[in-house]
Amino acid sequence: MEPRTTDLPARSGEVPSSIRETGSRLSRFLSARLFRTITLVFAASLLLWAGAVAWLLFVASKPAFAKFGWGFIRGTDWDPVNGIFGALPFIWGTCVSSAIGLLIATPLGLGLALFLTELAPQKARSPVSFMVDMLNAIPSVVYGLWGVFVLAPLMRVHVDPLLMKSIGTPFFGPPDTGLSLLTAGVILAIMVVPTIVSISREVFEAVPDIFRESAKALGATRWETMRLAVLGSSKNGILGAIMLALGRALGETMAVTMVIGNNPQISANLIAPAHSMASVIANEFTEAVSDIHLAALSEIGLLLMVLTLILNVLAHLLVWATTRKFKAVKA
Amino acid sequence: MKMSKLVLAGATLLGLGAMSPAGAVDLNGAGATFPYPIYSKWFFQFNQETHNQINYQSIGSGGGIRQMTEGTVDFGASDAPMTDEQIAAVKGGVFHLPTVMGAVAVAFNIPGITSLKLDADVLSGMFLGTITKWNDPKIAALNPGEKLPDLAVNIAHRSDGSGTSNIFTNYLSKVSPDWKSKVGFGTAVKWPVGVGGKGNEGVAGLIRQIPGTIGYVELAYAIENKITYATLKNAAGNWTEPSIASTTAAAAGALADMPDDFRVMITNSPGAAAYPICGFTWLLVHPSYESSKDKGKTLVEFLRWAYAHESMASALYYAPLPDELIAKVNARIAQIKF
Repeated sequence: MEPRTTDLPARSGEVPSSIRETGSRLSRFLSARLFRTITLVFAASLLLWAGAVAWLLFVASKPAFAKFGWGFIRGTDWDPVNGIFGALPFIWGTCVSSAIGLLIATPLGLGLALFLTELAPQKARSPVSFMVDMLNAIPSVVYGLWGVFVLAPLMRVHVDPLLMKSIGTPFFGPPDTGLSLLTAGVILAIMVVPTIVSISREVFEAVPDIFRESAKALGATRWETMRLAVLGSSKNGILGAIMLALGRALGETMAVTMVIGNNPQISANLIAPAHSMASVIANEFTEAVSDIHLAALSEIGLLLMVLTLILNVLAHLLVWATTRKFKAVKA
Repeated sequence: MKMSKLVLAGATLLGLGAMSPAGAVDLNGAGATFPYPIYSKWFFQFNQETHNQINYQSIGSGGGIRQMTEGTVDFGASDAPMTDEQIAAVKGGVFHLPTVMGAVAVAFNIPGITSLKLDADVLSGMFLGTITKWNDPKIAALNPGEKLPDLAVNIAHRSDGSGTSNIFTNYLSKVSPDWKSKVGFGTAVKWPVGVGGKGNEGVAGLIRQIPGTIGYVELAYAIENKITYATLKNAAGNWTEPSIASTTAAAAGALADMPDDFRVMITNSPGAAAYPICGFTWLLVHPSYESSKDKGKTLVEFLRWAYAHESMASALYYAPLPDELIAKVNARIAQIKF
């Protein structure tokens, strides 16, 4: 544990002279207290902020909850004209497109990060890392435009027909418009790869060299060294990287809405158009005229928040479970 | 220098009223995005001539109606008329004033085909998903001489709630009982088939990208981006293309059945030269501004000015109202109390 800031005045004898000369004991005590209070306020404000958002969404979605109850989550109909709203097609679209995105992005990102930290020649490392970080800064609407003009036609003309021929229904069947769950998943993968790479690269770099040297000394090959020394001791960090990526994928709005086809249906067909939770809010909020429509959109927002929370908790539990096992083995 | 700037900034903060020309009034409005280009042009020109400032937030029709209900704006704007319940919720009531009209073009992308004729039956069939191929005999019968390919029909519609969708689905509801019972009309509906694109540019992008796609976009957008659109058979049985003239003709054709409150969708208008898929956009004002007379006076002044400058609409591809209708709207404006 780090020493607490309030310990400072009592241990003034150990403080380097440069700090000691900046003020009296009292003023240093006060400034430490002040600093502590300020940071406490910052920390509390974040909680308050999240709580306020959740509360606002809860209040705004009350009419929808009163009308549809838990059936809102199970409902598959989204019919603003007749005031019937069900969230399942949107939950389905968000979860499946994010899952596809992570399935593609995780091996790609981890492989790239391993290459950068373990295999790439020194000269190549920083330019490639720089490029990866740059990708993080591209606005999602730009990814979306690229998706519409480049990726969707590519999927329609080349990838989808291939999948229809080789695997076929029920997962890959007509109509083939290029706008689909799969295309949304692919664009999400491209968007979250930089997140996974940046974080897991940091994690891999934090693995002490002595681990690698020990593995090699025991006769491990290069691959075994990476697997045992680097990947083995980075499980938590990797999971953290994937969770951050998942968070971005779940909430992504613009890029997804531009390529997913915006048709709220639940189908095993991955190349059929679908819809997502964030997309429907962004699409329908401004022109939602009836109160129940607005309430339903707010409830989708609340559900998206809850979904993210549940997945985060699950991930933390997973981390906790794996580290406990790890510790048990060590003991 | 610095000091004088500070003083100036302070003076501006303290006395905005004092800084603007004597007698000028600020009005605040919010609502529809579709008429925003013409409204902002009007507000700017009106400000140049009278120094009265009109601020308009184009936040969407739904937002305009909500702000009107909450009383946070002096006037609202909507692409769809308010329902009776919505009007009842607004303190002081609401007058609907149609300002300009827009047409919705049916755009398509069929390789090798540059002109296409469609009637109500075929159009609703395609959007319902019952006509699935471009070489369907029903389409071929309307287009003798065109070599229609054996290509799947793909529908592109708006994914965002929009007045354009409201007009388009209202037309389909009027011409197709099936559409009326299964889908209905509104700014957002449950589309039976197809893919959704965000905004006119989103739908136009889908049409361009995917061969065999048919969808609908605002006429202004179709013209400015040179998108090929279909010729439609109107209620009188004539073939019409979307244009400013055929849209104004639709309003003229609907004049006989115009309700006093102007809350009407003029789709499938009976006029001989009328384009069938078009509609009004409305300004929403209170019948009385007695609590803030200055605002009421300026608003009425602006409305009279705007209806005298209807011709400015055409340059932005909005259709101006026919003169008879302008006369009726002016009679309604005369009833606003202040």
